Amino acid sequence: MLLHEWLKNEAGTEKRPGYPFGFMDEGAKKEIRRCILKAVAIPGYQVPYGSREMPIARGWGTGGIQITLSLIKPDDILKVIDQGCDGSVNAVNIKKFLAEVADVEVTNDTCAATIIQTRHRIPEEPMTDRQILVLQVPYPEALREVEPSEMETRRMHAEADYSRMWLYLYEDIVKYGEITISYRYPVTVNGRYITDPSPIPRWDVPRLHMADTLFLFGAGREKRIYAIPPHTEVVPLEFEDHTFRTEDFSGKACARCGATGTFLDEVVDNEKGGRSYFCSDTGYCDKRSSTCSR
Amino acid sequence: MQPLIRIRGLSKQFGRGCGRCLEAAEDGQDTNLCPHCGTVMACSNVSFDLFPNEALGIVGESGSGKSTIVRLLHFEWEASHGSMELHRSAVNGRLPGIFAEDSEYSGNLLALSHFQKRQLRNSLMGVVYQNPHLGLRMQVSSGGNIAERLLGAGWRNIAGMRQRSSELLEKTEIPVERMDEPPCNFSGGMQQRVQIAKALSNNPLILFLDEVTTGLDLSVQARVLDLIRGLRSEFKLSVLVVSHDLGVINLLCQRTMVMKSGRVVEAGLTDQILQDPQHRYTQLLVASQL
Repeated sequence: MLLHEWLKNEAGTEKRPGYPFGFMDEGAKKEIRRCILKAVAIPGYQVPYGSREMPIARGWGTGGIQITLSLIKPDDILKVIDQGCDGSVNAVNIKKFLAEVADVEVTNDTCAATIIQTRHRIPEEPMTDRQILVLQVPYPEALREVEPSEMETRRMHAEADYSRMWLYLYEDIVKYGEITISYRYPVTVNGRYITDPSPIPRWDVPRLHMADTLFLFGAGREKRIYAIPPHTEVVPLEFEDHTFRTEDFSGKACARCGATGTFLDEVVDNEKGGRSYFCSDTGYCDKRSSTCSR
Repeated sequence: MQPLIRIRGLSKQFGRGCGRCLEAAEDGQDTNLCPHCGTVMACSNVSFDLFPNEALGIVGESGSGKSTIVRLLHFEWEASHGSMELHRSAVNGRLPGIFAEDSEYSGNLLALSHFQKRQLRNSLMGVVYQNPHLGLRMQVSSGGNIAERLLGAGWRNIAGMRQRSSELLEKTEIPVERMDEPPCNFSGGMQQRVQIAKALSNNPLILFLDEVTTGLDLSVQARVLDLIRGLRSEFKLSVLVVSHDLGVINLLCQRTMVMKSGRVVEAGLTDQILQDPQHRYTQLLVASQL
């Protein structure tokens, strides 16, 4: 029996009686909401929480799903993307599940959505203070690269002892002449905690700074929630003489909608051997293409 | 002249303790075990002053508590009892939180929070261990090892840090062109000198040397000791030298404490102790010097 058949009562009109709105029971939602409040109150601090079993495997977006389910209301409009794409298997599955259990409308339009759950990208279109972006996080600990012990990284966060993270960047520059981290670029949030912005490309990092939108980060497998509230300072780690820079797409444009100034995916044509570039944010690309053709 | 730091009643015990451990330790017996409860008194009731630009030696057999004192004063271990006070002149207006209004000495530094201790250690102290593996990250470049302390103190300029690292490596006679090699490529003596460069990177006032020359061959020992002597007068350092080698103590230190079973059994001018030892153990130590 499929989920949506099971959820309906015998008459096929109403929800199954006693079944909680939004899959999770109210106690679980309450705990997660409390953790979100704490995370918003201490920007960049990883709040531990009791991650629930979800109907997909941990590490496949369960952290994001739990945050979304604890926030969603029947009048919300939902968008789910995976690496910028509305149509990838993961995005579609998560979107179907969320829409079914919470009975909400879904959209591909960034501007129309009230909650956007995303993996590894921030939408190109600027978001407003009426919207929430929920990011799925595989590794919430930005210091894990330099310190394997959780006890030790917690001490380092508590004492703001970040010299080892900086040393890692120093060594990178000495060896390669620049910082080689391409995604998961560590940022300092609100002048205090070094935070993992989830595996978004460098391109998206500056858009976390002083944004109008609330960013919530959920790591289901690692059982952590953290947040970047609106209008919060987010500064990528950089040196005075080696400043942070984003990916360079100058001279390139989307082959489909002609956009410049978006994050582009490179596609190699296996038969002809040429390279072309496409917007990684498909919702934005679709919107532009349809306006252009009209 | 007033002491830079004052240490009073410093003790470290391993075990549950019974309230009679300290008095039992006073009895002048040959063990650091409390006879009542079996607690190990790694050091008990140690008090001394360290003056500006002075080298103070601690000598004693292994297990006598010398390195314990360094670990306690460098905030690596928590002391069981005792206090450490710092003279106001040492901090030059930095770290104002630790001084009460108008007092010449700070409160007990051993009771500060971990965060304050880290700040204090980063701005005032340097340490050189017997084993370079303890003081250096062997897989990180030598320049990076030095930069780590600078980064901890808030430096954010790569060129500036490399400049400072190469100055220090030059001072400690490491070829600057090997700055980007990790210390695991270096010989023991070179590793020790990189460790010294790292300890000096933040312009410390107090340098702890824990058996720095043990394990090095004699000619390298002599060069490291020479280097330390030169650096002490150049940087106006106060140095606490821990060694079981009387020769090292004799060369570096004006004053010396002799430790045995966690207790200070004799203290005074180095010459005096070496030529006219009073305590039974010191006499044995001096007599067994080859």
